[in-house]
Amino acid sequence: MEDNSVFFTDRSGRITSNPLLDQLPSYQSLLYRRKSSGAGTKRRGSSRGRLSSSGSVKWTINTMRRIEEKQTSQIGQRAIRELALNMAQKRRNKDQPLNKNQDLSSWRQWRQNTRRNLKRLRDDAEVFLSSMKLWKRDIHQIEGMFGTGILSYFSFLRFLVALNLFIFLLMFSFVILPIIIVPHTKGNITYDQHDETDCRVYQSSARRGLVNFHTHLGDLLSGGGFLEQTYLFYGFYKVDKIHFPKATYNLALAYLLATIAYLLLSLIWIVKRSATGFKRNLVQDEDRFQSFCNKIFAGWDFCITDQNTARLKRKSLFYELKTDLEEEKIKRKIADRTRKEKCRIYLIRVILNIFVIAILAACFYSIYIATTVSQEKQMNNVKVNFIEDLIVEYLPSIVITLANFITPLLFSVIINFEDYSPAFEIRFTLMRCVFMRLTSIGVLLFSLWSQITKCEEDSCVCGYNHKLYSCWETRVGQEMYKLTIFDFIIIFAVTIFVEFPRKLIVKYGQCGLAKWWGQQQFSIPQNVLEIVYGQTICWIGTFFCPMLPAICTIKYFLIFYIKKVSLIRNCRPSTRPFRASSSNFFFLGVLLIGLALACLPITVSIAQINCSQACGPFVNYNTSWQALPAALSHLPDGAQRFLYALSSEAFAVSFFVVTCLAMFYVIALAGAHKRVINQLREQLVVEGKDKRFLIQKLCQAQGPRSTSSVSGFHPGSPSRLSPSYHTSFSSNYNDAVFLTHPPPNSATPV
Amino acid sequence: MGTTASHLDKEALSEYQVNVLHKLLKKKSCAHRKFRELQNKEERSNTTSRVPMERINELPELKSNPFKERICHVFSTSENKDGSLTFEDFLDLLSAFSDSATLEIKSHYAFRIFDFDDDGTLDYDDLKKLVNCLTGESEDTRLNDDEMKQLITNILEESDIDKDGTVNLSEFQHVISRSPDFVSSFKIVL
Repeated sequence: MEDNSVFFTDRSGRITSNPLLDQLPSYQSLLYRRKSSGAGTKRRGSSRGRLSSSGSVKWTINTMRRIEEKQTSQIGQRAIRELALNMAQKRRNKDQPLNKNQDLSSWRQWRQNTRRNLKRLRDDAEVFLSSMKLWKRDIHQIEGMFGTGILSYFSFLRFLVALNLFIFLLMFSFVILPIIIVPHTKGNITYDQHDETDCRVYQSSARRGLVNFHTHLGDLLSGGGFLEQTYLFYGFYKVDKIHFPKATYNLALAYLLATIAYLLLSLIWIVKRSATGFKRNLVQDEDRFQSFCNKIFAGWDFCITDQNTARLKRKSLFYELKTDLEEEKIKRKIADRTRKEKCRIYLIRVILNIFVIAILAACFYSIYIATTVSQEKQMNNVKVNFIEDLIVEYLPSIVITLANFITPLLFSVIINFEDYSPAFEIRFTLMRCVFMRLTSIGVLLFSLWSQITKCEEDSCVCGYNHKLYSCWETRVGQEMYKLTIFDFIIIFAVTIFVEFPRKLIVKYGQCGLAKWWGQQQFSIPQNVLEIVYGQTICWIGTFFCPMLPAICTIKYFLIFYIKKVSLIRNCRPSTRPFRASSSNFFFLGVLLIGLALACLPITVSIAQINCSQACGPFVNYNTSWQALPAALSHLPDGAQRFLYALSSEAFAVSFFVVTCLAMFYVIALAGAHKRVINQLREQLVVEGKDKRFLIQKLCQAQGPRSTSSVSGFHPGSPSRLSPSYHTSFSSNYNDAVFLTHPPPNSATPV
Repeated sequence: MGTTASHLDKEALSEYQVNVLHKLLKKKSCAHRKFRELQNKEERSNTTSRVPMERINELPELKSNPFKERICHVFSTSENKDGSLTFEDFLDLLSAFSDSATLEIKSHYAFRIFDFDDDGTLDYDDLKKLVNCLTGESEDTRLNDDEMKQLITNILEESDIDKDGTVNLSEFQHVISRSPDFVSSFKIVL
């Protein structure tokens, strides 16, 4: 404690505080809250020493009763259960407002009663909804065993299952359902094919006649064969408009709008879900990365029930604290670096970054080559044997998976030489892995696109290569389907063939290799990247393969159980903890990046590449996007002009400028708030010092009565005070107390 | 007593319904069942009987918690401060730790749990005991004195606004309101 603190020690050496300090209004309200919550049995040990005089005890009790009454009326307005009181107090508080209730008019009473009933109804509905949540018990079990970090991964998985289900319902109800109910409702389908040109010839690869069983299996895995002409793929939807008895349903327009709708739905849902985490991260950017207070005060997961997990959690907290303290030391060291060292480190970083870019370029080029080779081999249609055909079909998927497996290992080795702080290392490696995963899909699609638009002649007759790709959307859909299936097979196979044996080896193996390899740790970032990769494929592929969301729902449903079993059987809690709050923000941030990336190929496919003329709902249009302007041209003139104005450049530019202005305003407001907060903080410090100084002065003016030692702050001060103050004091604290509460309008000349 | 699941008569039950968090209603029978398991046969007939701290600490939710003694002390209303809980105290405990308790309640009780010497502020010794509880009991899992000093200096730098060397309740609540993990980790679900 500092020298000029107001806490004096009495003769026994115990710290007691000044009686005047107790009478401050801020302390009184604190004591009231503690007193009522402890039901009078909890008293600070030092308070006994303070309230020694009976006079002051009476006075303080009177004050407290007054304050208690004031607070009770305030309490009546708040919900009783939001108070930190125990049961007896709550009951007493409940009875008081009820007595007051009879004084109010009957209208007010009715209003209060309805409000209470509505609130109870809402609470009931919330309880019911939360009990219906999927996998509640499983998640609770995982939480108890592994803490909240890993729990956030599983609740993220549950969110994705719900999202995919909604996307599927959207596509189903607007695109598939009308076609299914047509035979039952006397509607008829129009599908104009004006002229029979070369572009309209569809070479489907559906088989006829008896086929072997393993070709069916091959078809199931590759999406070709008997699956090609089903609801699964775009090519089957040879419907332009459906004429029901009462209305006409423009299926082409519905298909287009459903695609835009599911992208918007995903965006809104993700943004809504991440809003709270984002706000917190914005507020927190002034603090250090993972502040100490958060770790210490919120560090322990109170929901851990397993003894083993508790021990490991302690170890991980210990490790985390040690790492953070070390990082602080490293930061100080970095700040002390000399110029020469800085140049050397920057040079190393540039070289290593070039190396990383080279690795990425090599991976992308190999994906491009694999896709090209695979497409050419499929076009040749030479069947060698079952296994080799399957490998050729899956070649892009295999190359992508291999690249995604090797590059994280390389990145984590490279980052060691770049000499960043440990926290930044993790983030940077993660960013690189995210970039690698999501861009590999883009490269695959780019290589497909270059294949589709490359013709033997210089410019393609139909806008695309109609000889090889008579229905190119179905081909793209098949590739996406293959990626999804392969992804699921890999997750399943790795769990069965790598993680289970690893556990057996580590458990029963005696050699040093087993000990060094160690038991599996559930690495959250890599697992999250896996499922975000799968979800990006789903978003891209839904336009070409409308039933893909249903397949993804089932896939994520099964992945939940696979991961849960693997977690419980094979994994131990990781030594490097992953914070629940920041992890939510990280998951949804990566998902948003995936969504942004998924929008790009869809936009190019809809607006840029000519849609295939041999299949699909858009045969009458040049590009898929044309369906929208064509439908809009049937609208009344005013609406048309309005909509065209909305899509014109003038409107877009002014909208962009207005949005920028709004953003600048909000940023300036946030900056101003931050400055005000800093000023208030400084003011609080100064006020605390003022308070201490004034109380000290008062104690000196009071004279050395209750205290044995007064710090020598102003040794000459007692002599400066006029004698009248000295004589007006008595040994009774009551008078001294009155001195501290002067009448409001007079100035206290202390 | 009889073989009914609950001896609380209807009136007492409805009284509880108003006071306790409404969402606890479904879990209340579960809580009551758990509480009964902790009591002896003769204690079950008495609705205001107390269960001693040792038996409360055998609950699986509390067994591996390093703060179990502090929790019992904070929620206990017994005169001799032995940490024993009645059923009402037990419900208080569950409601403070439930999903639907507000941040204010949770931070209030967290402050009292962390205040090892019950003096109303978190000073150096309180924080030191807190950190040791979190990291472990044995010698090799404790921070050494230098690290402890550095850590507590950092904590006080972040949370002590009036620079008096201790963290009082308002400073604690202020720093907790900025902590994103607190609400999700300060939770016990039966």
